[in-house]
Amino acid sequence: MDIPLVTLRVRVNRARCQGHARCAALAPELFEIDSVGDASAIGDGVVPPQLFDKAYIARANCPEFAIDISENGDQA
Amino acid sequence: MKPRAPVTDWETDFDVLDPRWIEDPFRILDQLRRQCPVAHTDRFSGVYLPTRYQDIRAVAYDPEHFSSRRLFLREGKPPVTRAPPLTSDPPAHYADRKMLLPPFTPAAVAKYEARTRAICRERIELLADKSTCDGACDYAQEIATRLTAHMMGLSEDMGDQFRTWIHDFVEVSMTDSTAIPRVIAELDEFFTGEIAKRGLLPGGDDLISYLMDARVDGKPMSDVDVKGTMRLILFGGIDTTWSSIGSSLWHLATHDEDRRRLVAEPQLIPTAIEEFLRAYAPVMIGREIVKATEIAGCPVKEGEMALLSFAAANRDPDVFTDADRVVIDRAENRHVAFGLGIHRCIGSNLARMEMRVAIEEWLRAFPNFVLTPGASVEWSAGGVRGPRQLPLTLGKARMPKPPSTAFRAVNS
Repeated sequence: MDIPLVTLRVRVNRARCQGHARCAALAPELFEIDSVGDASAIGDGVVPPQLFDKAYIARANCPEFAIDISENGDQA
Repeated sequence: MKPRAPVTDWETDFDVLDPRWIEDPFRILDQLRRQCPVAHTDRFSGVYLPTRYQDIRAVAYDPEHFSSRRLFLREGKPPVTRAPPLTSDPPAHYADRKMLLPPFTPAAVAKYEARTRAICRERIELLADKSTCDGACDYAQEIATRLTAHMMGLSEDMGDQFRTWIHDFVEVSMTDSTAIPRVIAELDEFFTGEIAKRGLLPGGDDLISYLMDARVDGKPMSDVDVKGTMRLILFGGIDTTWSSIGSSLWHLATHDEDRRRLVAEPQLIPTAIEEFLRAYAPVMIGREIVKATEIAGCPVKEGEMALLSFAAANRDPDVFTDADRVVIDRAENRHVAFGLGIHRCIGSNLARMEMRVAIEEWLRAFPNFVLTPGASVEWSAGGVRGPRQLPLTLGKARMPKPPSTAFRAVNS
């Protein structure tokens, strides 16, 4: 059984998000869009190991640099 | 259009209406970025042109100095037009935008995907007996005009009228100051009629009905703002999207390898669409400098304009690897085709859906299409760039098929 060595957590900085919705398109398992189009992390934002790549891809495609990823609580 | 004085020096006298710019603005923007990252022109009463990603970003994030009350380059006295939330600045902008956001979320626009696909197939079916077509007029423009009309509850057959209004408002108005008042008067009359129809039959689920009932800060919008926003939806949704679909078709018609790959791997189309948006970002939009400041250390004067070319930002090699190459599987693509900051294109989710469906359906019907050899492509002039004439050879089987068979082939 795989026990991940790190806990990855995604968070959307709501002050930066402008609703481009790239994160939810690329990683719908991790991000959701509200009724005015802004994004937020689903649930507590903890990323299952099989979705680590998607989390980083979502961050790399956000035009507003609104996605933060932390590894074991530290900024990644 | 009257002949214009040719550009003598792109750094101090750039002109977005120069034929060289219209044909290929990217080379000029690349050269400016290397040599003079904030260019200027005295044309259009004075315009600054930043070409580096960081500088374009900084202007977009600074509505205090760079106002949206004037957005378009025009010779002569600029007309004052209101089209909230596009022309709004903080603090009013927030409520204006919030009013218009709900019908344009990804979930809201997904409801229009079926109609979009049907429009694409109807247009493709009309080409069943043809071996060539104009990809701009016969396909790209039809999709954007018909879907926008559908969403607004207008006749889908008004495309020619919409195209005339848009051409006059966006292109002709740059050098002819009579165009804006004329288009606005005609549109006001048209929208007055549409509003009256809905007054007799309230409760419609189209966007005009939505705006008639909309509240900003709890209050109904003024008649001027309602019609301004209707104009924004009509114009903003049409020529930008048809330009982007057209540029995508142009790329695929001229790059066999990319076209073949998308035919073989249609699941890659959404990623390719993002790359087409990056490389051929259609929109340039201005800001009025309302307080003297600087862009990248270059002082800029109050009363002049700053012009944001999102394609220039998207082709900055400091931010994008192989910035001048179209890489259809580019995984990291932080492009700014839809703008940045508080004025992010409100229709971005809609445009993406339309582009994806348009390319999916087109490639399924015409996997071997190419640019017609020897025929010339005509590009628009001004703030929205895309092909206005795109001669394509469809590359179907040589035997003409009866319509019923052709229809099955399209849908198989």
